[in-house]
Formats: sequence, C-alpha cells, structure tokens
Amino acid sequence: MFSEELKKYNWESISQAINEKTSADVEQALSKRRLNIDDFMALVSPAAAPYLEEMARRSRDLTRMRFGKTMSMYIPMYITNSCTNACVYCGFNRHNRFERVILNPEQIEEECKAIKQLAPFDNLLIVTGENPYAAGVPYIEKALKVAGKYFNNLTIEVMPLSEEGYSKLVEAGLYGVVCFQETYNRENYKKYHPSGQKSDFEWRVNGFDRMGAAGVHKIGMGVLIGLEEWRTDVTMMAIHLEYLRKKYWKTRYSVNFPRMRPSEGGFQPNVVMSDRELAQLMFAFRLFDPDVDISISTRETPSFRNNIASLGATSMSAGSKTEPGGYKTYPQALEQFSVSDGRTPLEVAEALRKAGIEPVWKDWFNNPITS
Amino acid sequence: MDNLIIGGREFKSRLFMGTGKFRSNEEMRRAIESSGTEMVTVAMKRIDIMNEEDDMLQHILNPDIQLLPNTSGVRNAEEAILAAQLAREAFETDFLKLEIHPDPRHLLPDPIETLKATEELAKLGFILLPYVQADPVLCKRLEEAGAATVMPLGAPIGTNKGLTTRDMIQIIIEQSNVPVVVDAGIGAPSHAAEAMELGADAVLVNTAIAVAQNPEKMAIAFAKAVEAGREGYLAGLGAKRFSADASSPLTSFLD
Repeated sequence: MFSEELKKYNWESISQAINEKTSADVEQALSKRRLNIDDFMALVSPAAAPYLEEMARRSRDLTRMRFGKTMSMYIPMYITNSCTNACVYCGFNRHNRFERVILNPEQIEEECKAIKQLAPFDNLLIVTGENPYAAGVPYIEKALKVAGKYFNNLTIEVMPLSEEGYSKLVEAGLYGVVCFQETYNRENYKKYHPSGQKSDFEWRVNGFDRMGAAGVHKIGMGVLIGLEEWRTDVTMMAIHLEYLRKKYWKTRYSVNFPRMRPSEGGFQPNVVMSDRELAQLMFAFRLFDPDVDISISTRETPSFRNNIASLGATSMSAGSKTEPGGYKTYPQALEQFSVSDGRTPLEVAEALRKAGIEPVWKDWFNNPITS
Repeated sequence: MDNLIIGGREFKSRLFMGTGKFRSNEEMRRAIESSGTEMVTVAMKRIDIMNEEDDMLQHILNPDIQLLPNTSGVRNAEEAILAAQLAREAFETDFLKLEIHPDPRHLLPDPIETLKATEELAKLGFILLPYVQADPVLCKRLEEAGAATVMPLGAPIGTNKGLTTRDMIQIIIEQSNVPVVVDAGIGAPSHAAEAMELGADAVLVNTAIAVAQNPEKMAIAFAKAVEAGREGYLAGLGAKRFSADASSPLTSFLD
C-alpha cells in the first residue's frame, strides 16, 4: 500500500530539495530522454521558470507524438451533493445549510438525455459527495446502469471505496475512477478534512491501490492547488504515479490540477498559483510521463484552455454544470465550484478545431462482458 | 503484377494506414487519398456504430479501400473475441487487425492472449492480421493457428524509432509463409523503405503521417518510399543471382 511507501519521503526535505534546484539541474533534466523524480523536481522548481518556452516546445512535441492532434472530451454529471464530510474549502461541507439533492434513477436518465442534447459526449464523469449510507455503492451502481444506456465510457468521482466496491462497479460497466488526494501533507491533511470518512488520510491515499487491484481501467489523480506548497504536493503525486504504474501496469492514469482562486467570502487559498506556474506544472508532468493523460476542467478560462490544448493537455470537459440536476432537473441548485469557462461544448469544440485539434467524443466501447 | 494478396483480396499498394491522431477528419481523408493506400485501420472504439453518420467513418469509407477494424482497447482474448464479432457485424468484413495490449502505456501486445484469440477467431472465419512482438517463434505459431498475416512491430508504437527489431524481423520474413506487415515504430519514409528492402510485404504507418507538419505530403513520401523499397528488394534478388552466376565456380576442381 502506498501509505507505507510514502513514509520513505519527508515533506520538508522534498520542499528543500526543490528549492535548491539550480538552472544546471533544469538543463540536465531537459537534456534527458527519460526523467527521474529529481529531474521532475527541477522542472517544477522556481529555477525552471526561465525555461518555460523550451519546456512548452518539448511538451507539445511529446503530446503530439503520444496522443496526436486530438482532445478527448468529457462532461461531469453531479448526481448528489449530499455529503457527510466537512472539508473546509468545499461548498458541499455538511455544515453548510442548503437543501441536499440525491437524484433518483429517472432524474439521472433525464440528465443523461439533456447532456446528449448538448454535444455527442460519450465520456461521462459521474460525481457525488461522500454519503456512503444514502448514496453508496448500490446507488452508484444503479446510476452506472442508467448512464450506460447513453454513454460508453463511464468514470466516477466519488468517495474512496473498498476493493470489493470497485470490483462490483467495474462489473457494472465502470471504466475509470477519479479521486483527488487533495494534499499529500499527512500532518496538515486533517486540518482541511476535520471529520467524516475523508478525515482518514490512509484510507484515501490507499484507495488508489484498491482501484488498481480491482482492475479499474483508468485512475485519475489530483492535488488541490491552494492548500499546501504545490511544488511539494505535485512531487509527491508524481512519486505516487510512478509507484502505481509499476504495480498496476494494466491501468491508464490521468492527472488533474484543480486550483483554487481567491474569492469573496469562504475559504481563502493558502497558496495561489499563477497561469505561468500551472503551465510549467503541466509541461513538467508531460516531460516526466509522456503517456499520462492531463485533464483540464472548466475551472480554467477559455483563453488558457485554448492555448494549453495544443501544448500538453489531452482531455477537457466542456459545458459543465457542477450541481446535481444542473442540466435538467434543478438548474438552480448550489454549485460545488464556479466554472470560468462558460462556453457551450460546441463552442469549445470549434475553438479546438481552429487551433488544429480534433475533439474526440468517443474512444471506447462498453464491453459486452461487463454490461 | 507484383500485387499483395491477403484474404483473397489483391492490394496494389503496400502501404497500410492508421487513422488516429489526425488534426481533423478532413486532413485524415486527404492523407489517405494521397497515399494511395488500399487498407486502412480503424479503431472499433472510436466509431459510433449505432450512428450511420459517424463523422470519422464517413471520411474513411471508400469502395477502393479495405476497412481493417482493430480491437484496440481490449486486454485479453475473451474481450478481443467479442470485439471482433461486433466489428464484423458493424463493418461487414471478416478482416480484423487483432491487437491485445493489456499495457496501456506502450501498447505492447500480449503474445499469449493473441495466440489464444487467433486460434478461436480463425475457426470463426476471420481474416486475421495480428499485431505482435517481433518474435519469430510466435509468428510461426500464429501462422499455424490460421493468421492471414503477421504484423511484427518495428519499435514501440508511436515512437517513430524505425526498425529497432530489425534482426528479428529479418528472421520472421525468412521463415514466414504468410505476408509480413511491419507495424508500429515506422517514423520516416526511410524506415518504411528499409522494411520493404528487407522483404516485408507491407508496412502500416500512422503517427508519422498524422503528426507531420503536412500529413498529405508525408503520405505521398511514404507511398514512394514503400514502392522504392519494394522495387529495391525485387531488384536486389535479381542482382544477387546475377553475381552468383558470374563468379567463377568454386567446385570446378571436382570435375
């Protein structure tokens, strides 16, 4: 389990190592074909900032070679905002008073149909809060069965499950699981996630091993940028990715970098990441792992997304509603986060085409064995 | 005529093309046309078989071109057999590029599952083109199991590295009773020519054309290289015979 592996790494010493990287380390990393974790640290360090252009060029070339001039399109579907956690930065925090929604199968079906009206989406990301009692594995299984009639490729972003839970859902047609560790800083993790199942760091960080063991086709990872020093957090994630790749070699991986922005009221991010830094991070991941899927959501602005699309990102959401029932049932419910890219999916697709990128809606068939 | 025959169909062009990674379906269509290819692979998973208007498929369909559905995305023989049956139904062809890669990173083919699936699918009448490691023994086993061709890889897929498995490919070509199509890793027209000079029956190219600055032009370059390599191979055989005839006999002392 990764929690054991993680004990070999010390947060402070990794932070220090990153900050001590020099331009010579960056140049060495850029001269290599295969990068190790030290090279990765050099590329995310402040010393790499002047090398952004060269990193962009290499990232673009590697992305083209491995993924071609294409972009995989997906859309999230929130089916419940009911949650037993109290994460200090999240709108679904159980202490927030608003009416909670758990969509029933008929409503889920209506949402699916409404999404299909937007664009020929075939990759669906089903999102829930963490409520294992009212919206646990049986509920998710039902949702997959309904959504499977409309979408070939089904991914969930839900609370970490047991290995049996994942296996059951794989049998029900599940393709991928997205789960954000939020932060690898074990000590401070509890500050942000004070109660509920999510307060258990080990359960969450070992969830990825359980996904791998259950034969999930694709695992999506992420740290929430805004909690801890991002350079250290993403280095921990890169170590985690390397560990998973060796152990669960039949699985594909994606990385996500949701970043929090300062906002009026509510939780304020401890660290703020600039656009340049986000680009640097994406390029560093591409150079470190040419095959990893780099996903970019509608949290980011249209202009950033248009430009990064040809430089390293390989999957994109569009037209996202981040509240349950947002496409049809309850168009006014509370959002989990506000989107910065409000373009329609077809507008996003058009902008991609203009940039010389083919939006790919469908790239999977749901195997008859599993459905 | 020096035509290639697979599954009873004749192919004038020995350049097969893949259809992934293009910047647009329109650009893909133009590259296919300018390459003169008569065999084009298409990933089952990319096509919406319920939708007759599927945009990608519309840009590939052409009566002069044999569609070669592939099973990309399956991880074992069982999944491959189901995908094959779906492909046969959807595209109304027995041609199938069998690819089983449990490793999603380098997409390296699983030899054990590929052999298993070949045995089963050959019984069901499929015209099988299995994608495999450049493993001469495996290629013989596939031939015995009923494969219509073998498709050994030149280098890991998408790497554009050329024939890093050259020695093994040479042995495969020497031993094979079915056409040998070098697939994966061919990154430049010169690599394609090299494979053809070695005696490969055809090559399959995708990334090198799709991600070129000008895919249409690159497709033409590959077409020429494949032809040149093929002619070089045929001419080479003649020249060897000629030099052997011309040299003074080594065994005259036995007369």
